Amino acid sequence: MKSLIFRTAAPLIVGVMLLFSVFVLLRGHNEPGGGFIGGLIAVAALSIYGIAFGVETVRRAIVFHPLAISGAGLLLATLSGLLSMVFHVPFMSGLWAYPVILGEEIPLSSVMTFDIGVYLVVVGAVTSIALSLEERGED
Amino acid sequence: MNVADLTFLALCLPFLGALAAPLLTRLFGHNAAWVLALIPVAIFAHFTGFSADIARGGTVTGGYAWVPSFNVSFSWLVDGLSLTFILLISGIGALIVLYAGGYLKGHPHQGRFFSFLLMFMGSMLGLVASDSFLMLFVFWEMTSITSFLLIGFDHQREAARRAAFQALVVTGGGGLFLLAGLIVLWNITGVTQFSGLASLGPVVKASPLYLAALILVLGGAFTKSAQFPFHFWLPNAMEAPTPVSAYLHSATMVKAGVYLLMRLNPVLGGTTEWQIILPVFGAATLLIGALLAVRQTDLKLMLAYTTMSSLGLLVMLTGFGAPYAIEAAVLYLVAHSLFKGALFMVAGIIDHETGTRDVTRLGGLRSAMPLTFAIAMAAAISMGGLPPFFGFLAKEEVYAALSAFGPRSITFAALVIIGNALMFAVAFGVALMPFVGKPVATPKHAHEAPLLLWLGPGLLALAGLAAAFLSGTVHALISSPMASAIAGEARTVTMSLEPHLGVPLALSALTVVVGIGFYLGLARLRAGIAAVLTAIGWGPDRGFDQAIRGLVRLSFVVTRRLQNGRLDTYMTATFVMVAVVLLVPPFLFGELARPPIFPSIPLHEFAIMAIAVIGLVAVLLAKDRLTAIVSLGIQGFSVAVIFLLYGAPDLAFTQFMIETLAVVILALVMTRLRLSPSDHRPLRQTLPDAAIALACGLGAALLLLTVTEGPFNTALTDFFNQYSKTIAHGGNVVNVIIVDFRGTDTLGEIAVVMIAGLAVLSLVRLRAGSMRRIADNDPEAEEAGR
Repeated sequence: MKSLIFRTAAPLIVGVMLLFSVFVLLRGHNEPGGGFIGGLIAVAALSIYGIAFGVETVRRAIVFHPLAISGAGLLLATLSGLLSMVFHVPFMSGLWAYPVILGEEIPLSSVMTFDIGVYLVVVGAVTSIALSLEERGED
Repeated sequence: MNVADLTFLALCLPFLGALAAPLLTRLFGHNAAWVLALIPVAIFAHFTGFSADIARGGTVTGGYAWVPSFNVSFSWLVDGLSLTFILLISGIGALIVLYAGGYLKGHPHQGRFFSFLLMFMGSMLGLVASDSFLMLFVFWEMTSITSFLLIGFDHQREAARRAAFQALVVTGGGGLFLLAGLIVLWNITGVTQFSGLASLGPVVKASPLYLAALILVLGGAFTKSAQFPFHFWLPNAMEAPTPVSAYLHSATMVKAGVYLLMRLNPVLGGTTEWQIILPVFGAATLLIGALLAVRQTDLKLMLAYTTMSSLGLLVMLTGFGAPYAIEAAVLYLVAHSLFKGALFMVAGIIDHETGTRDVTRLGGLRSAMPLTFAIAMAAAISMGGLPPFFGFLAKEEVYAALSAFGPRSITFAALVIIGNALMFAVAFGVALMPFVGKPVATPKHAHEAPLLLWLGPGLLALAGLAAAFLSGTVHALISSPMASAIAGEARTVTMSLEPHLGVPLALSALTVVVGIGFYLGLARLRAGIAAVLTAIGWGPDRGFDQAIRGLVRLSFVVTRRLQNGRLDTYMTATFVMVAVVLLVPPFLFGELARPPIFPSIPLHEFAIMAIAVIGLVAVLLAKDRLTAIVSLGIQGFSVAVIFLLYGAPDLAFTQFMIETLAVVILALVMTRLRLSPSDHRPLRQTLPDAAIALACGLGAALLLLTVTEGPFNTALTDFFNQYSKTIAHGGNVVNVIIVDFRGTDTLGEIAVVMIAGLAVLSLVRLRAGSMRRIADNDPEAEEAGR
């Protein structure tokens, strides 16, 4: 798209949206949000970037093939589920740890890594769809 | 390690050997056979240890739970019946491995061949050792699959591929009948193991489902054991290398059907149906097989058809129901495995050393191959039922079973005499004709076979001799326990080489006389049968091809109808179905919702709904497609706002994102499809679509009204509200449900999301020209192109 305003504003908007998507993902356990929603926000951000600068730029920016990101997410989610079996509790049981880093207690859990997996799957799959549809002239 | 673990190991050993075989063959070449033969030898030794126990009437059982919730176990049952089979499979298996070492010496894929052969051995051992129904079925199908691999081993020839496919379809299809039959048996008795089934025979026979169970089981047994009219795959399977023919298609796999009948004899046997169906099919197979055998000139095909005859005889005897019939089946089964395995290997040696298997192009080999000649004669004498070989004992017992006076016995005795006489002629046709007469020039210069090739048949022929002289020991250890297991009661086999004048001996003599007559007139007989078959011109083998071709054509027509490649057809079908599902049941069952009572809605909510409706109207009035898509977004956003107002921020949040992305993606799809900017169809085409849309909308509205009519059950809401924080440490109930309480669901869903991504990617990348690819599948075009 050739609009100067759009092309100037796009990187800013995209950056804020991506940051926001991670924020939504991480706060999801206690406030509205989560992997699905966060993932969709990230996809919207990448779509805007693609409309502004073209598909190739997006592909370069995200480094990996979108479906590879999706696959990594699925793997992460599955491993988060399998982790519980190491501790002899049923598959997909949530595991929690509260390490203290720099005097702050940080709650970490397999539930969170699972949600990150969901986020990555959604980002990868939907971005793949959007990008493959966008690059119509190129193939 | 205790005995149970050792038995389990013995059952697994062939599969481990199959893994090691290619490597061993790479290291030692064809001499790997000596190493690999140790596997069946070890199995043989292990199970021989049970024989003393079993001879005293005991059984050995053991196993592990497999799927306890379905009462499925991996369990084995070793009694007289399975022990005999196990010893035959492992004993002959060892010899076959050695023979294959010589036969395929220098073949680039010998390792793969050993691998397949050992896999088959493991499957067959598992089949006969199985106690649980499911385990039997799994191994049964595994023998079909490994047999497919072995028949198609020489996969570059079309005949081999066709034979492999045919065998797989027939025996694998029969396996499905068997599965159904076993399920019926399980339904009748509630038992899933053969060891528990034996005492329930009266229950099964009294059940109204008895006939169904019988026919289904017979469907499995008859296809596997090549009974007429399912016999055609067996001769075609001779495309396999000779070790396979000797092992699978004479000594072991084809007897799996007979094994099944014997195993189920105490349960299903003894009824009128059993005693009619089995002997009739068996005798028909015996006679037809023997006649077809005489017609052939290929050594292996002659033997293949006599194998079919022998299987017919075994089925007939199993169902005959006369005294000595079971005993005769036992003796004949053992004798047949010994002599037929040996004869097949001899046929392979002749082929290997001379380059041809055509009996009319062979002659005078006795001076070049004296040892092979001796082995062949020993096996043929046993097959012809002459003393002093084990085949003689078997034949005497057969005639003892048939020598009662009565129309049934006399009819079957006459059929068996003709069949046996024909087999006698074929036996010497294979074992004598190539060796006597004037030497004939053969493609290869004939010379004696190497040790690896003659060792197997030699030992088998010798075993036939030894078993006859040591008949007392053989009966005590093998025949009597096996007959007892089949009959379901104690039986003792006493037949020996001692002269015993009587009707059986007279019938035997008659068979030999007739058989010599057939042998002398073999050439004329062959021409006569060939003429008759040419006159008939059609057989099950051609019928199979026609059935497969018909199936391919039918599936092509069906595919072309259902998958015509037009998106609007698919969408119309889908939405008509949705409308039918939503609308028909409420009207059919009179469960229509009552007219709703409208609550007073605050003004701002009313305004949002109005915006949604305006969005829909805008969709309908839009001049071009892009406007319509964006207008659809208006409706979506309004709904999201409503979610937000009613306390579902997560849902609203997601809805906002979905709507945004849906508009973006739909717009992209539109540009990609290169459609005209707006819908130019005439009214008569759009009206049906409108009707379908209205019907779907109405259906959904009715469904919602019905659902919201009942009182809201808050059990789940309460549970999640109560435990979300305490168990799952999360304040957002929706998210906790997604990632924790119902996490496994989510795992499935994200897998679906990813697969959808993959599918869209491949669809988008699909080039035009898919229509041409569909045309490529057209069987008629394919045939026209040939």
